[in-house]
Amino acid sequence: MTMDTLHLPFATKRASGARFWRNLSFWGLLPSWLLMGFALILPIAIIAAVSVATRGAHGGFTWDFNLAGYSQILFNEGWTGELEFTPQYLMIIARTFLLAGATTLICLLFAVPVAYFISRQPPSQKAILVYLVTLPFWVSMILRVYAWMIILGKEGTLPRLLENLGFPPGMSFMFNDGATLTAMVYTYMPLMVLPVFASIEKLDGTLIEASHDLYGDRWVTLRRVILPLTAPGILAGAILVFVPSLGAVLEPTLMGGGKQMMMGSLIQLQFGGGRNWPFGAAIAMTLMAVVLIFLIFTALRSARKETAK
Amino acid sequence: MTQPKAIEVKSVSKNFGTYQALKSVSFNIGSNEFFTMLGPSGCGKTTLLRMLAGFESPSSGSILLNGREVVDIPPHRRRVNTVFQSYALFPHMTLEQNVAYGLENLGWDGARIRARVGEMLERVHMTVMAKRKPAQLSGGQRQRIALARALAPEPEVLLLDEPLSALDLKLRQAMRDELRTLQRDTGITFVFVTHDQEEALDMSDRIAVLGGGEVQQIGTPTQIYEEPVNRFVADFVGETNFLDVEVLEVAAGQATVRMPFGAVFTAPATGHTTKGRATLSIRPEKINLGDQAQGIAFEGQIVNKNYMGGYTHYTLNVRGTELRASRRNASREGDTIESGATVPVGFVAASARVLAA
Repeated sequence: MTMDTLHLPFATKRASGARFWRNLSFWGLLPSWLLMGFALILPIAIIAAVSVATRGAHGGFTWDFNLAGYSQILFNEGWTGELEFTPQYLMIIARTFLLAGATTLICLLFAVPVAYFISRQPPSQKAILVYLVTLPFWVSMILRVYAWMIILGKEGTLPRLLENLGFPPGMSFMFNDGATLTAMVYTYMPLMVLPVFASIEKLDGTLIEASHDLYGDRWVTLRRVILPLTAPGILAGAILVFVPSLGAVLEPTLMGGGKQMMMGSLIQLQFGGGRNWPFGAAIAMTLMAVVLIFLIFTALRSARKETAK
Repeated sequence: MTQPKAIEVKSVSKNFGTYQALKSVSFNIGSNEFFTMLGPSGCGKTTLLRMLAGFESPSSGSILLNGREVVDIPPHRRRVNTVFQSYALFPHMTLEQNVAYGLENLGWDGARIRARVGEMLERVHMTVMAKRKPAQLSGGQRQRIALARALAPEPEVLLLDEPLSALDLKLRQAMRDELRTLQRDTGITFVFVTHDQEEALDMSDRIAVLGGGEVQQIGTPTQIYEEPVNRFVADFVGETNFLDVEVLEVAAGQATVRMPFGAVFTAPATGHTTKGRATLSIRPEKINLGDQAQGIAFEGQIVNKNYMGGYTHYTLNVRGTELRASRRNASREGDTIESGATVPVGFVAASARVLAA
């Protein structure tokens, strides 16, 4: 998307006409501005404010400026009041990025062949297959995660199947990072498949033929022609999967057992049982800052590529 | 052709569902030949080309490349390169990288690739543009890069899929000459696909005229134009008049025929000609008018006249039969026959051709 797609209202010769259009665009956009203001900017502002407030003695907070929420991410207040470095929360942040990164990578590995396969089908079947990809969205996310618990848990479908194949009975695949990852990959997969499919669909098939014609095997063609030309879609898919993965709560809680936390569950804990709102808000702001930096970086990169063309 | 065969197509058929795109097609293409597959859209020429490249496989039959069966060999392992109709240049690579692509995949070493890429860019006069991307080029320039890219790996056969169709007229003429020169210089077998008969006649050593999934005729441009074997070829290549005639006698490739307006004469005939009804094909430029009339002579009235500059096309009425004639305007006063005039008309019997009805 470039700036020149944002057209200004028609330039009319009469000043009153110009004012009419200006008014129209103001009133027309007003509902969106109100929605953005109340549903997005205001909550972020509140969280930002809370993150620098002081924790109340019995939960809640008071409006006294305090950076304790942020310092708590890195430091622990000792008995005597001095700050000791603690890696505990850094580890959770690192784990979060690791799991979100792994989710993105695994989604990508699955999504590219799936999207490629769909793009190769006749148009009538394409529509059905794309619909099937989005089908999980029609079922509540909690139900879908529970379904995975039934498959992976003790006495679940997979352990029983393995038992019948001669593996020891009573195996469980639940309550570890693998289970969390499985549910996350499953949940976010469509968000990867759809943009990748859109960009593969746009890819000119004769370029693939040209690559084969010039002695490129499948692997070379994928690496040197398909991937570079579908990179925008892959990047979009990666952002769509990576960003919500960072904030995942349900999967680590239900599938991972909640013992090994991710940032999302950590934030939830601070606003709930932890009764440390400023700390929770500080982590939320940190997470948002990291995501923003990541998005700005990728946006700048693709903008630079666009101008290089 | 006594040359070694670069390509042998043997009883190749291709079905798409119930539609038969190719019906047991067989022919050979010689080494170093500029071979053209000419035909209207849907005649199967593109399907055949795609089979030679390896993008399609025949439903039955076999294809030999320098004596080796290639039907089961994928495109990336055939020493065959294609110039695509849309050029299919990689948009994310510079021209240099485009030309180097095939060489890299063949595992050439860096120095050799650089030398070859430089040589190819030089050959198509694109050296100064080496670092540009395809989007920055004109149609003719893209065409030349597509050629350089396909010729760089020194393929055994170069396939060209209507490569000139996207260019404007002047450029097309220049590219024809450039293609012909490239073919002579490199000695690579060119297989050219087109629906433009003029292109085919101009460039080819031999032409295969395809129609309805079958090879209608294979021959030199002169043979195709002057000695068409059937109505389809005579009609598709160039313009012609078809006259219903009666064959009175057939002997040694000649047939004695009676014209609808009475004249009886002997003209070259195809092998299939038998006594009875037949078609006579006579090209407009072989029908002479006025003081140039000679051979089988009669009279006709000018019904319509189209002045084309170098030529004038006339539509004649000869006792109820419509004939088209064209006359070269050899001098400034060349175009002197007026519409409505009745003029002497004539043609040399040897320049007409008797075809099966």
